[in-house]
Amino acid sequence: MTDDLERRLTEAPAGDLDLERLRATLAERAGEAGLLDVAYGTYDSPLGPLTVFVTPRGLVRLSYPGEPVEAQVDELAATISPRVMAAPTRTDDVRRQLDAYFAGSRTSFDVPIDWRLVRGFANAVLRATARIPFGGISTYREIAAEAGSPNAYRAAGNALGSNPVPIVVPCHRVLHAGGGLGGYTGGLDRKRYLLALEGVLEA
Amino acid sequence: MHLPPFETLIDAHATELHRFLVARVGPTEAEDCLQETFMSALRAYPRLRHDANLRAWLYTIAHRKATDVVRRAMRRPSSSLDGIDPAASPAPVAADDGLWADVRALPPKQAAAVVHRFVFDLAFAEIGQRMGTSEEAARRSVHEGLTKLRRRIPHDR
Repeated sequence: MTDDLERRLTEAPAGDLDLERLRATLAERAGEAGLLDVAYGTYDSPLGPLTVFVTPRGLVRLSYPGEPVEAQVDELAATISPRVMAAPTRTDDVRRQLDAYFAGSRTSFDVPIDWRLVRGFANAVLRATARIPFGGISTYREIAAEAGSPNAYRAAGNALGSNPVPIVVPCHRVLHAGGGLGGYTGGLDRKRYLLALEGVLEA
Repeated sequence: MHLPPFETLIDAHATELHRFLVARVGPTEAEDCLQETFMSALRAYPRLRHDANLRAWLYTIAHRKATDVVRRAMRRPSSSLDGIDPAASPAPVAADDGLWADVRALPPKQAAAVVHRFVFDLAFAEIGQRMGTSEEAARRSVHEGLTKLRRRIPHDR
């Protein structure tokens, strides 16, 4: 039996909810409560919009445009923790340092790296790469040797190609022994731009 | 198979949960209650079983938060019999707020079941699923809730 009472119950007030604001408030509160395992935000760089992912341990991923952000968020939910939220203010430190780097006023990054996405030999390769200074270059073979396997330069190339934190771990500073640029995750134009910014190539 | 990123839960369920909470605790308290729901969910999330029914899980938490709010309101000395403190709700009162105050004053299970049944137009089996009880228990809660509401509400309204 549908009576007057039941009809009135179906006419509940909907209430207004600002979803954007709710997301922002929750991200803020979650960060303060230490419940955010992965936070991310966008950084507008001269090389296009980058996505910065940080964990309480440090920078875990920095990605060029092209790969859908949702896919990366999914991947990090699976590999690091499902407590992932957009929380741009958590990435402010990294974004400020990127600003200074692109403005030419910073030559090294002072952000801890969360290395959890990189295992084994690739980890050794990227840690060796992180030691190449601003304005310097290295070769795939040298980096392989630094990582402990001089002959594994192809594997070193693969590790550099899947660097989860380009720019900050400067895989753009690794070139072919013969002087060729080699490859780059973000495309060769971006590699040229970064090398020019650092004074290795002519602008 | 792994748990989806937490923020997708907010996108997928916040609006619906908010509507549930507006009916359960009123428009003034609903948003706070929704925040508390998601904060509790976030705290427990990594330990959740991968095949859990996420929506039902969120409703269980929201129901608990709503019950806390209603109980607190009832304990407040200034509160009226229907559990709503007039001084604490400056929001414009809907024409039918009397009815919703009566719903809020129902035992929590009955209030939740009535909201699921009539606000969301759910079948008893689904109400049972969202409340973590059986279809039969859901039917009973709705029935008992309606009976109480009929007794409270004058026939000529």
